Amino acid sequence: MDHPIKRDHSRFRKIVKGRVRENLRKYISQGQQIIPKGTDKFTVPMPQIDTPRFKFGDKSQGGMGQGDGKPGDPVDGQQDPNGQPGQGEAGEGEGSKELEVELSVEELAQILGEELALPNIEPKGKKSIHSQVDRYTTVGNVGPDSLKHLKRTYKQALKRQVSMGTYDPNNPTVIPNRADYRYRAADTKVENQNAAVVIYMMDVSGSMGDEQKEIVRTESFWINLWLKSQYKDIDIRYIIHDATAKEVDENTFFRTRESGGTLISSAYTLCKQMIQADYNPNEWNIYPFHFSDGDNWSADDTKLCLQLLDEFIIPSSNMFCYGQVESRYGSGQFYKDLNAKYSDKNSEVILSKIKNKDGILDSIKEFLGKGK
Amino acid sequence: MEMRSSPIKGKLRDLQIEIEGYAKEFGLDFFPQIFEMCDYDTINILAAQGGFPTRYPHWRFGMEYDQLSKGYRYGLQKIYEMVINTDPCYAYLLQVNNWVDQKIVMAHVYGHNDFFKNNMWFRTTNRKMMDVMANHGTKIRRYMEKYGVDKVEAFIDRVLSLENLISVNEMFETQEIKRHRRELNEQARTESEDDYVNDDRSEALKSFMRTKKRGEDLRDYEKKSKEDHKELVLPKKIPPKPERDLLQFLVNFAPVEEWQADIIGILREESYYFLPQRLTKIMNEGWASYWHSTIMTQRALDASEIVDFADKHAGVMAMSRQQMNPYKVGIELMRDIEHRWNTGKFGKEYNECQNMSEKNNWDLKLGKGREKIFEVRKTHNDISFIDEFLTPEFCQRQQLFTYKYNPRTGRYEIDHRDFLGIKSKLLAQLTNFGSPMIEVDDANFKNRGELLLVHRHSGVDLDMNYASETLKNLFHIWTRPVNIRTKFDEKEVVFHFDGKEMKPLH
Repeated sequence: MDHPIKRDHSRFRKIVKGRVRENLRKYISQGQQIIPKGTDKFTVPMPQIDTPRFKFGDKSQGGMGQGDGKPGDPVDGQQDPNGQPGQGEAGEGEGSKELEVELSVEELAQILGEELALPNIEPKGKKSIHSQVDRYTTVGNVGPDSLKHLKRTYKQALKRQVSMGTYDPNNPTVIPNRADYRYRAADTKVENQNAAVVIYMMDVSGSMGDEQKEIVRTESFWINLWLKSQYKDIDIRYIIHDATAKEVDENTFFRTRESGGTLISSAYTLCKQMIQADYNPNEWNIYPFHFSDGDNWSADDTKLCLQLLDEFIIPSSNMFCYGQVESRYGSGQFYKDLNAKYSDKNSEVILSKIKNKDGILDSIKEFLGKGK
Repeated sequence: MEMRSSPIKGKLRDLQIEIEGYAKEFGLDFFPQIFEMCDYDTINILAAQGGFPTRYPHWRFGMEYDQLSKGYRYGLQKIYEMVINTDPCYAYLLQVNNWVDQKIVMAHVYGHNDFFKNNMWFRTTNRKMMDVMANHGTKIRRYMEKYGVDKVEAFIDRVLSLENLISVNEMFETQEIKRHRRELNEQARTESEDDYVNDDRSEALKSFMRTKKRGEDLRDYEKKSKEDHKELVLPKKIPPKPERDLLQFLVNFAPVEEWQADIIGILREESYYFLPQRLTKIMNEGWASYWHSTIMTQRALDASEIVDFADKHAGVMAMSRQQMNPYKVGIELMRDIEHRWNTGKFGKEYNECQNMSEKNNWDLKLGKGREKIFEVRKTHNDISFIDEFLTPEFCQRQQLFTYKYNPRTGRYEIDHRDFLGIKSKLLAQLTNFGSPMIEVDDANFKNRGELLLVHRHSGVDLDMNYASETLKNLFHIWTRPVNIRTKFDEKEVVFHFDGKEMKPLH
């Protein structure tokens, strides 16, 4: 049985998750507060969860220190009101340290899902991919040394010694022999797998400023998070475009700034090629996201875009999402053009306008709220 | 619950016997000492639970555990030792510590043990607290089963918020004073109750009824006095005089259910148990450090261990510019007292001596140092310890200073090195174990059954955000609006909390 403190610990985790949920809007609109840690964990900073008590207001109080220095010398950067690490007598000490909470992808996604009332995604009814998974669930008599199960081995040796009468309680030495060795063994299971690919396209022409990109970055973080929690395997591809389009890695995606004009069709064409090359729509759940400030070079190009969407992108995708980030320079015309064609009745296309950082949460809800 | 620690044996047990021998030789007087060995996870659990293997279920133990475990994992902090005030005295050793560490810890623990047993502020603590804590756990778990985990935990949260509102004096009340006080309370009660019938209604309900009844009484009196022009006699105030033990007051007078009253009582008992440790932090650590240092350097240390010992000792004694290190100040003050009483550097003659070199070389060869510090460890707490033994020479030698916040630079800066300033700052920090002094003044404030607290302002304002949240918790227990009279920005003000928000009363 686990120590009861594990239950206290999970109560604490529950409270923490509640806090994250309460402050989700803040976390989202302030962007970078949530720090990915490894591939499947995040660190969320939050103020210490304090039991409120009557206490003195801090700043006026000052304190006492030891060491050299003249009056007026700073006592060093930030004041640290906590005891030295590891020394405090237990049962006291109320610090105001920051709490760093680790949450897994699933936990964070669950919070997002509950807060936005997001429906679970129903994967397309197309053929799933099968994959073989090895899990070490059993114990066997043969195996490599690296998988040796010491506890079982010694247990086996002890059993043998006891039954043979060679075990001496006064000198409890247990020596396993070859036949006692036990190894962890793998069970191979076939698992159904839903695979998904997210293709982000972004306009990087001059009119998309840093703030706009920041919004896209935050939004894509949460979209990825949600989709990762819904699909076992997920590919993420990035396309930037101005008058031409190219595929880039994540870092370049958010950093590149070009000055040229804008031909959205270039991105859509590349997206189409990408899908044709790598992602058979029968096997993959495909999510193209396009972010721009709504400027396109010409009405002709817009026409070409609509044609690409109609003929290929929309039929092969779960949904096509267009997010328009408001900028000082953008006309927002592209949204109007899309909206004229795909207004609400067509649920494969989702359009969203993101005014500023505070609009991110609502926009995420628009994109993901349909469970597709 | 089975604890994942085991008694020490073999070489470590021999070491304990050796160290215990030295401790006895030096005249330390301690409870039987039990050392248990555990791994870091177990010591983190114990530390999170205030040193006790079993506590009541509460999320904050989980939070402590979370942080301790992380601190250990990232190598930021490590708990070396853990000792609790019980008879026999339990202490825990960390498995991964090396031999010298274990030696230091053992010597240190004997110092704490002696302090627990002899310091008068610990005299009334329950030495069977391990059992008491376990019982508290059982009781509260039972309440959780009956009333629901969320409900009980939420109530505990509320009470914890008031946990520091207890009275230091309470620990020193003799039976007689206790009886007298109880009588006073009873008197106040019965006077306001008058013809109150004894029935089986709960104490909680009764106290609530009393509050209501007082209002009616008053109206009756008014009516009567109008009728027969009798003198108006107001019922006595509750509490008769300001009361610092708010938790006890709530048990007596708040309209709580029986299980709630029990939980308040449980948390109050635990709070009082930990109180002496908060009152003697500097002395206790100073005393234990004095003894680990003395035992190690004069007896237990092997020549090959000196560097390791010096390293560990220096780590514990490290000075900080932002904070007073109780270990450092404690041990140095103990040594200073020892030195002064060895040489006779105290008393009228020494103090009035004007010749500095004579003062420096003052030595009456009294040799009473050891005896004096044993006496000090028995009768003092941190406040009287600092008040009586802190000297200008000591402050200078220890490079003590005070610092304050400079709003212009936004930093904390050294203020001064003036002896009296340092002393009063230290004392202020220690007064009422560092908490604001708050008393219950009136349970029927404005004759509306509202509660009035009074903050004895001593120069530093309350943190108003915390005050508001705390009043909110109190409101839920008292179930009527609660008020606190304090000073804010140099002005007397009564803050009123009506269940929704806190605002000043005009």
